[in-house]
Amino acid sequence: MNDYQHSVLLDVNKCTGCTTCLKHCPTEAIRINNGHAVINDSRCIDCGECIRNCPHSAKKAVSSRLESMDRFKYKIALPAPTLYGQFENLDDVDYVLDGLKKIGFDDVFEVSKAAELVSAYTRTYLKTEGIKKPVISSACPVIVRLIGLRFPSLSGNIIHMLPPMEVAAYLARQRALDNNPGLKEEDIGVCFISPCPAKVSYVKNGFADYKSQVDEVISISDIYFRLINEMSHGSDIESLSESGIIGIGWASSGGEASAIFNERYLAADGIENVNRVLDQLENGNISQLEFIELNACPGGCVGGVMTVQNPFIAKARLQALRHGLPVSRNNLTKEQSQYIPDSYLFNELPEYEPISRLSGSIAESMRMMADIQKLKSSLPGIDCGACGAPNCRAFAEDIIRGNAHFVSCPIKGNESVTVKENDIDG
Amino acid sequence: MSEPLVFHYDIDGEDFISAGQASIQIKKNLRRIGLSPEVIRRVSIAMYEGEINMVIHAKGGTADVMLYEDRIEIILADKGPGISNIEEAMQEGFSTASDTIRSLGFGAGMGLPNMKRYSDKMTIDTTVGVGTTVTMVINIT
Repeated sequence: MNDYQHSVLLDVNKCTGCTTCLKHCPTEAIRINNGHAVINDSRCIDCGECIRNCPHSAKKAVSSRLESMDRFKYKIALPAPTLYGQFENLDDVDYVLDGLKKIGFDDVFEVSKAAELVSAYTRTYLKTEGIKKPVISSACPVIVRLIGLRFPSLSGNIIHMLPPMEVAAYLARQRALDNNPGLKEEDIGVCFISPCPAKVSYVKNGFADYKSQVDEVISISDIYFRLINEMSHGSDIESLSESGIIGIGWASSGGEASAIFNERYLAADGIENVNRVLDQLENGNISQLEFIELNACPGGCVGGVMTVQNPFIAKARLQALRHGLPVSRNNLTKEQSQYIPDSYLFNELPEYEPISRLSGSIAESMRMMADIQKLKSSLPGIDCGACGAPNCRAFAEDIIRGNAHFVSCPIKGNESVTVKENDIDG
Repeated sequence: MSEPLVFHYDIDGEDFISAGQASIQIKKNLRRIGLSPEVIRRVSIAMYEGEINMVIHAKGGTADVMLYEDRIEIILADKGPGISNIEEAMQEGFSTASDTIRSLGFGAGMGLPNMKRYSDKMTIDTTVGVGTTVTMVINIT
């Protein structure tokens, strides 16, 4: 997946080469080179931590502009439920949906509506015999990629259910064709209004044999001001919303998991917490769980870096919005919910990629590891980051891989350089 | 390469909260070597159970993981109370852990049985009042 397209861009003019992103990257994918940050694409999981933490706003999420939808005759917006939590004093989701139509969309299909269908089918799936428990949610694309890259033994626990965004795209296209007989497949454009750059990458790359049914991904922060200007507070708006408490609850951590109606679940958010949970799960010491919901962003999707509002404030607003709504409006009959339609499932997960592997040969990797250990012990061990690597161990690895030089160490770099390098070769 | 690659960890018995850290570290290192996910999983579970045992029963100890081209040897050594009846200790569900430990979700009596299950060979050298050394071998193939 070296040709994996990411959604994080660096503004070289704003980057001062400070070590903030270096220290926050959970996969050690960043190095400071020639005074600015460089991301190693094969290690990046699109979690957005570097964007979230950059003090100079030099890291940006890449997403489409609204104008990119102009090429389609029939435009559909798929708002993430997080969008509803961005507005002050919003008492009805319909104002948001109506606003989306006013800025040029022909139809709006709520991702929270699709989420309620995914929840219903997840409950069915959990009753299937012979599945690996605990079942891990596939909704957060960062998590799916993280497990593929670092926790291959847990791949079999991921539910092969498409995320609500994809289900929404599929159902929205069906609805467009049903309601507009003259419309052709290629006339329809589907646009996801996203809280995070990982969804942008997901749509660009798909995974394994799956290709996304979404055409463009626009960030919530880009569309926010245009939308708020068009949102009227009159009473003459269409009744469009079809979401209940469950669907809107998906925007924050625990919303998806609580919808399985079984208390044996775990919901963790924030990439560091997620890593710890996966490590413990891999060691086999989290037992008796049915379902695990993991979100890379703190607080869940409301914590995405393409939102405008603080995640906790957004969550509080969503709680208020949910008040008075039905639990779920998926409208499935008991019989319908018994069988999961094929269109909700994907076949394959991405193949395991040992990103941290030193070399293709185990013997060679062992030799390199021995050299790294030896070199590391001669480094100061204060993990200052001034050499451009996040810590002394990573720096030692970079040297042995031939990507860095000992002289870059600000403390030991000037000390008898030749002796050090001879030491390693011998 | 006949010389093994050695990873040494001190298991701090005072710090129950960070128990399991060595297992996570060894997992990271084995990934860098490029071993198969299944071998890494076995080593990490065996190591984790051993680590927890040393923290619960022996106030910590040391873990040495030796990586040879064909196998991994894990030597867990402590100066704890020793095991008076190995046969009993190997039974699933048998545990001498305190109620406090159990209330934290540990002490289920699966530690040693799991260590045996996930390794290809396991030997226990123990003397009551002196300490215990557990050696596990996991083949790489």
